[in-house]
Amino acid sequence: MSAQENMITMQKVNKWYGDFHVLKDINLTIKKGEKVVICGPSGSGKSTTIRCLNYLEKFQKGKININGTDLIDDVKVVRHIRAEVGMVFQHFNLFPHLSVLENLLLAPTWVHKKPRKEAIKTAMYYLERVKIADQADKYPNQLSGGQQQRVAIARCLCINPTIMLFDEPTSALDPEMVSEVLDVMVELADEGITMICVTHEMGFAKKVADRVIFMDAGQIIEENEPHEFFDNPQSDRLKLFLDQILSH
Amino acid sequence: MAVYTIKKAEKAPLASKGVLLWLRVNLFSDVTNSLFTLLGCYFIYLIVPPLINWMIIDATWSGTKEEIINDGARWIFIFEKFDQFIYGFYPEALHWRPNLAALISIFFILSMNFISNLKIKIGLILVYPIISFVLISGGFGLEIIPTEKWGGLMLTILVAAVGIIVSFPIGIVLALGRQSKMPIVRTLCIAFIEFIRGVPLITILFMASVILPLFFHDGIEFDKLLRALIGITLFQAAYIAEVVRGGLQAIPRGQYEAADSLGLSYWQGMILIILPQALKISIPNLVGSFISLFKDTTLVLIIGLFDVLAMVSLTNSDTNWLGFEVEGYVFVTMIYWVFCFSMSQYSKSIERKYNTEH
Ligand SMILES: Nc1ncnc2c1ncn2[C@@H]1O[C@H](COP(=O)(O)OP(=O)(O)OP(=O)(O)O)[C@@H](O)[C@H]1O
Ligand SMILES: [Mg+2]
Repeated sequence: MSAQENMITMQKVNKWYGDFHVLKDINLTIKKGEKVVICGPSGSGKSTTIRCLNYLEKFQKGKININGTDLIDDVKVVRHIRAEVGMVFQHFNLFPHLSVLENLLLAPTWVHKKPRKEAIKTAMYYLERVKIADQADKYPNQLSGGQQQRVAIARCLCINPTIMLFDEPTSALDPEMVSEVLDVMVELADEGITMICVTHEMGFAKKVADRVIFMDAGQIIEENEPHEFFDNPQSDRLKLFLDQILSH
Repeated sequence: MAVYTIKKAEKAPLASKGVLLWLRVNLFSDVTNSLFTLLGCYFIYLIVPPLINWMIIDATWSGTKEEIINDGARWIFIFEKFDQFIYGFYPEALHWRPNLAALISIFFILSMNFISNLKIKIGLILVYPIISFVLISGGFGLEIIPTEKWGGLMLTILVAAVGIIVSFPIGIVLALGRQSKMPIVRTLCIAFIEFIRGVPLITILFMASVILPLFFHDGIEFDKLLRALIGITLFQAAYIAEVVRGGLQAIPRGQYEAADSLGLSYWQGMILIILPQALKISIPNLVGSFISLFKDTTLVLIIGLFDVLAMVSLTNSDTNWLGFEVEGYVFVTMIYWVFCFSMSQYSKSIERKYNTEH
């Protein structure tokens, strides 16, 4: 595989909720190992865009290709794509009735049919990596927000994805916990996984992103490498948006 | 500017103790409270001592009917008819069979608490009803006892147990069907649930006993008890479906999305993620619905089955034992109460067991 290979291609992707046109001709190509940050005002379609990539949302027009597979409405294809793409949510979405370890074992044992012993080994490895191995037997509600989000990241890593999607992973966290989660994400980024992250953490974007994308009203308005993006915005809408998020 | 030192945590002050103080705070804190306390005491005084007199002190516990001298409860009637209340017309020599089935049931229920291996659990759930059924009805070398002979408390428990156990999975499937994205499945489930819920159980029992045989022409005799069981199970399933639906609706969308994003199939997501949580929050309502079913089973008497209440009414018309209604009905009351109260306590204990929201 060449490093230039396209991991994700979105071609003229359009989506409607009823009459409401949420995504308008989204074109996006992401190369293997690339880190992309998406930002934009609330309701601009950021979540919807990345949720199309693992088919949590259906789209009505356009084409999406993930690592060589065309995303179509077929159970097998969708299952294949979901083994390839991991997603971390704003509200963690851990399973409260299962212990941390069981949360991590679920997909490897039930979906990927790994032997339990092996799955436990992998799970503990990733819990170690997100620095939370000592909490393996606790239940999610016994952990802090930052810890829960790190568990969610580990749960995702256990399916060994080639692409990771993050939907505002730190915006439900208390300020003092944001950095412990971002640190884990920076480490992940350094290892070369393909990553798309919806976030307004500009420090993070500047540090890891190869590209930052600005969305507004269901469209990609501007994209650039991070320093140009933040220091030298072209469109008025991005200028306004950056003013707003910088001024608080 | 000011800087404050950090305080150490202190123990909470001890609550003041003493009986008199407790009385004052809880029973006589003001005029209204005192008034209600006194009124309550008066009612207790009116009801409890006579009841204890009647039920225990003045009661007749042994001897024959002719020897009764006390004017309290004549429990000898209950002792005399006990077997009929419990077993209906089931042959006396074979009472050990339902007894054994009951014993197995208790072990079965208790074992569900201790066995954590899912495969063994499911195995038990499948095998247990077969063993109990064979024990009670016969076959495999055991003398066959036709269902007309079944009755009393045994029948009540059997109808309730079958109703609960069989309706439970059907209700869950109905609840899932009601949420299905497939319009036909959804419509059928809604139609079934709403139809059943719009009709009294009595009507369904009548229909089960009159209409079901029409589907099995050629004079095949369709067991009366089986018809009642089908009617009750379908009835209960519709209610379970609604209770479970309530639980399903309380599960945040994020749980479905997390299950999907990890690649779990629909059924894996439902069985491993959604249902365990939905059922857990539904436990109080589920048990409430089981308790009403237990009490509703008594309606089978209208299609000619003799449950425990029907047996009591029946023995009351025994010309040798006329005028013992009160004892009979007090006895059934206690039976129903013990069962319903146990169910509600059991539900509380499993609620505590599965509580992981700390
Ligand atoms: N299930 C839905 N039905 C109808 N409209 C929806 C639905 N989900 C999202 N929308 C609408 O689609 C638009 C895009 O939503 P999306 O969640 O992608 O925005 P976002 O950019 O992620 O915003 P935020 O920063 O608030 O998360 C919003 O206007 C939202 O109201
Ligand atoms: Mg969003």
